[in-house]
Amino acid sequence: MAPALAFAGSVSMRGHGLFPPVNIHVPAGRWTCLLGASGVGKTTLLKLIAGLEATARHDGTITASDALPLTGRIALMAQSDLLMPWLSAIDNVLLGARLRGEKADRARARDVLARVGLSAHEDKRSDTLSGGERQRVALARTLMEDRAVVLLDEPFSALDARTRAEMQSLAARLLAGRTVLMVTHDPGEAVRMGDQVLLLTAQGCSAIELPDSPPPRAVDDEGALKAQGALLSRLMALT
Amino acid sequence: MIRAWRQAALSTMVALLLWQALVTLTGLPRFILPGPGLVAETLWESRALIAENAVITIIEILVGLGLGALLGGITAIGLAASPFARNLIRPMMVFSQAIPVFALAPILTLWLGYGLASKIAMALLIIYFPVTSAFFDALMRCPRGWLDLAQVMGASPRRIMWHIRVPAALPGFASGLRLAAVYAPIGAIIGEWVGASKGLGYLMLLANGRAKTDLMFAALIVLAIFTLILHASVDRACRKWLD
Repeated sequence: MAPALAFAGSVSMRGHGLFPPVNIHVPAGRWTCLLGASGVGKTTLLKLIAGLEATARHDGTITASDALPLTGRIALMAQSDLLMPWLSAIDNVLLGARLRGEKADRARARDVLARVGLSAHEDKRSDTLSGGERQRVALARTLMEDRAVVLLDEPFSALDARTRAEMQSLAARLLAGRTVLMVTHDPGEAVRMGDQVLLLTAQGCSAIELPDSPPPRAVDDEGALKAQGALLSRLMALT
Repeated sequence: MIRAWRQAALSTMVALLLWQALVTLTGLPRFILPGPGLVAETLWESRALIAENAVITIIEILVGLGLGALLGGITAIGLAASPFARNLIRPMMVFSQAIPVFALAPILTLWLGYGLASKIAMALLIIYFPVTSAFFDALMRCPRGWLDLAQVMGASPRRIMWHIRVPAALPGFASGLRLAAVYAPIGAIIGEWVGASKGLGYLMLLANGRAKTDLMFAALIVLAIFTLILHASVDRACRKWLD
């Protein structure tokens, strides 16, 4: 069972405050989207949860609802696909096992690649794949890790509109049941994907009102489009 | 490809013609500047002598190159893995680069004798720094995102080095090796000049001292051709396995 996450406290970098004390609750097994102006510290927040950020100073706590440590329960997927160009698609999916010195479960890796629709490309070197295919391999690698908490840092922002929408639907289906926190710049993406959408600013963090329909919402969902417009207006009003 | 060969052949022809024209027009004596015809003749007549000495030099170059690449590779990985080693060893490496390697040749001959060892050491020394530095820089430039991903996946520093940093840095290692392929012959020849009884460098010095300039040129051409072949082979190998 995936845990909920709670991030409390403020974050500063080299003595410069990024955002004031906030209480961010990421509900268990749900999809939370985090938006905000550039430089407000969204990626920093994600890295802090992943246990990576060393330069930022966090005064507060990061806890899981089951009170167990988060180490080893998180998977990360970034804007750049971070595939190793010298490895084939399937070996990229098996990277985690290789890095931990575990036995590579090729059958499961094949199955995961099939679920993202890349069976035909298993043995291709990742630098011969298209941008969309590469991001699918990255999604397969994330699924292969099979972690309860998934952190996504603008994973689809480099894709064209159609591929992005397809990837969103695929990710929503395949990551269902996990606790997902996704940083995004795209109000449309946030409103389409989120069970919860949060807006992080230098003043604090606030929730955005969403339509009643469950995510992933249809790309032409009227309520979602309206919410997207309202969210974009709020983003534009930020100084 | 054929076009490239044709161009190379053409430029060789032009160079040979210019060389011959220079000899004919200036009327320089053959012990100052022998013409290409005479050099080719000497190359053929002295082929056994040249081949015998070339084998020695080639062994020195290849062994020096192999050992230099190996030691440079190990040093670069060691330095990249340990901040302590970096702080300790890098100043020494930088200082060692302030010493002209050529100046070390007499002392290497004194320590290691007139045989192969002092020449191999010379070739090794001359390529060690470029290989180490090119590979080390590439190891330190590993993209942050890959390292973050590996850390979240629960990898140990040793496995991150082996599965991510080293493979990502191989193109840097390759550029070090390409330089090394050109430098290693220089090292071996300097070693032979300082003290040797065999090798192309020794033969050139000997021929020069006896005003057999045609033999000197013949040996020089063999060395240049070998260096070109070595560089092309290293380049091909790097393209295939490292880039």
